[in-house]
Amino acid sequence: MALVIPKETYSGKIYNVQLGSGAKAVTIGGASALPFLGFEGTFPNKPAVALEVMDIAPDDWPETLRKAIGSAGSNPVQWAKFCQQSGADMVALRLMGTHPDQKNKSPEEAAKIAAEVAAAIDIPLMILGSGHAEKDTQVLQAAAAATRGKNCAIGKAVEENYKTVAAAAMANDHKLIAMSQLDVNLAKQLNILLTQMGFDKERIIMDPMSSALGYGLEYTYSVMERIRLAALLQNDPMMQTPIVCDIGANVWKVKETMASDAEMPEWGGLEDRALAWESVTASAMITAGADMLIMRHPGAAAKAKEVISELMG
Amino acid sequence: MALSGVEIFKHLPKTNCKKCGHPTCLAFAMKLAAKQASLDACPDASDDAKKILGESAAPPIRDITLGTGDKAVKVGGEICMFRHEKKFFNPNVFAVAIKASEAGDVAAKKIEAVKTSEIDRVGQKLRVDAIAVTDEGGDAAKFAAVVKQVVDGVPGVPLILVSKNPATIEAGIALCADKKPLIYAATAENAEAMAKIAKEKKASLAVFADGLDALTALSEKVKALGVEDLVLDSGARKAKDMIEHFTIMRRAAIKKNFKPLGYPIITFATRDDSVSEAVTAAIGTMKYASIIVLSSVEKWKMLALLSLRQNIYTDPQVPMQVAQNVYKVGDAKDNSPLLITTNFSLSYFIVRGEVENSKVPSWLAVMDNEGLSVLTAWAAGKFTASKIAQFITESGAEKNVSHKELIIPGYVAVLSGALEEKLPGWKITVGPREANQLPTFLKARA
Repeated sequence: MALVIPKETYSGKIYNVQLGSGAKAVTIGGASALPFLGFEGTFPNKPAVALEVMDIAPDDWPETLRKAIGSAGSNPVQWAKFCQQSGADMVALRLMGTHPDQKNKSPEEAAKIAAEVAAAIDIPLMILGSGHAEKDTQVLQAAAAATRGKNCAIGKAVEENYKTVAAAAMANDHKLIAMSQLDVNLAKQLNILLTQMGFDKERIIMDPMSSALGYGLEYTYSVMERIRLAALLQNDPMMQTPIVCDIGANVWKVKETMASDAEMPEWGGLEDRALAWESVTASAMITAGADMLIMRHPGAAAKAKEVISELMG
Repeated sequence: MALSGVEIFKHLPKTNCKKCGHPTCLAFAMKLAAKQASLDACPDASDDAKKILGESAAPPIRDITLGTGDKAVKVGGEICMFRHEKKFFNPNVFAVAIKASEAGDVAAKKIEAVKTSEIDRVGQKLRVDAIAVTDEGGDAAKFAAVVKQVVDGVPGVPLILVSKNPATIEAGIALCADKKPLIYAATAENAEAMAKIAKEKKASLAVFADGLDALTALSEKVKALGVEDLVLDSGARKAKDMIEHFTIMRRAAIKKNFKPLGYPIITFATRDDSVSEAVTAAIGTMKYASIIVLSSVEKWKMLALLSLRQNIYTDPQVPMQVAQNVYKVGDAKDNSPLLITTNFSLSYFIVRGEVENSKVPSWLAVMDNEGLSVLTAWAAGKFTASKIAQFITESGAEKNVSHKELIIPGYVAVLSGALEEKLPGWKITVGPREANQLPTFLKARA
């Protein structure tokens, strides 16, 4: 019996989304088949790996991570340059200091830092709020205006604030990251709402809400697989936006990346364990169809890039 | 491929005798097609019918058991491409390779690592499942010496015997013939000799060929030689080849009922760097490999890989549950806050994570609600004032704290009045609706 390779017929395709400009611009998306199935589709762009930077020092990040970042962490511009030197495809600036529970920095302060970081690097920039839906509207408006022309990804637009955040991205020619809560229908719904207010669907990057290895990873994994199937097999235009996975923030708050060797001897050495935790989480998200990853440890980002290049063949 | 009810009906006696407990043969056929009945219930089924229906009932990917006794592991038997379609049934095996050249101290260390590899994660006991003895860098005698070390050191752990040389396999299997090892591998050159050993020793046999066409041909050949329990290796080692080959194999078996590829897949995820090896093995776990051989099994690496495997093989229909308990978060004392949530693993993980983020030591009472989230459990009547009161009283939560204040999830604020009635002397405080507001909430109180 000869093997006839059973191929799927895909009617849909993921949108190409370009970020940044010039020689170091990055394009994500464009897949015409399920992840890395080169025998039945094409993958013009490899998944991009962004390293995360904050507008405040990473004092509450686990020690393993702070050690890997070193003194660069004390200054957002130095930190962003460090990420670029570490081989990141992009920098993700999270304006955590604007959160009312953190330093409650003003939108103007945040915008100034965003502009400085954008000027200091030539790889594309992603600008993320602190996750405080209300404060983020002002912060992201100011940051989007201050980085106009840099073709950044701005986010995250969520159900509570998508109108203002999307308007800020639109007015300043940026792309938009839209996050929904771990549900295929909610992801689609948010894309529909954005399109209805006139936001170009081909400028959206969707965040299905990430999770860490061992802590609900299977939910994100299956939601992503289902989104990709709907995009490609059912040709659903509202599901064809590229996917971003914000994994560092999830990975570096679980016990596996923090507990010392002495505390958990049966878990093995902390340094390797933590690095493996973010690397394996990245590997899972890439396999499920992530077009862009936000990571924290330069070493883990290097592992993600290594597996991406092996997958692109 | 599974037959439809009508196709099954054609092979039944069509007497409508009702002896099977169903009103008509057609009704029985429908139940058979839905896998809600067994053909054994029909006393008049012909041998032909049994054969045809038996084949159609066989899973598209054969299941194979490695080893014997309580450490035996079953692989294969999968029926879908994506876990959300149904579920992935038999978790992949992680095996560590021990080379013949490592006989002695190095082998002893790896055997010890396997012996002490068991961890408990969300109520499941997970460990390195098998040991692959390879003939690398050694002769048949050294190979046999390592097999002996393994059999003596960890008697119950399933073995994979890796050599392309039948004489070497003979030397190894003589020491573990009664343990149902997996022989790796039959190749185009040695297929007859390997099949003969596998049949004699009732062992499973891996088939290796470079590429899917060659593998298809060899798999058919080995089956024709009389070996039923096969495991396949297409030579895919790079991540891209792994995803492509394994997807084609799984799809051919499940969607096209292509028998030559309807067996579990084995791969070697060997890399010089151990984290790279973990990342590659992870791809095997997600994308259909049933046996993954690693070059080392450090505790941190196995923790990551076994956690991933647990995530991927969890039944999407049945929420993961954590054990009902009062968990101590941080250095909680008797004056630390006491919070309650349900035992849906995701609720627990998220709430616990945010409590940890708050850096406010706390007690987290996790109540068994059959794995439902807070709102669902409340709506289903499993997270009611009387049930919470009973849990708080019976769980001994009171003994951990000197105060009598319970913080309940904001979504069930409506329960606070009834709870104060059911728990006399207690103050019920309504916490935030979303877990991500817990740090603010807890810090404001501290």
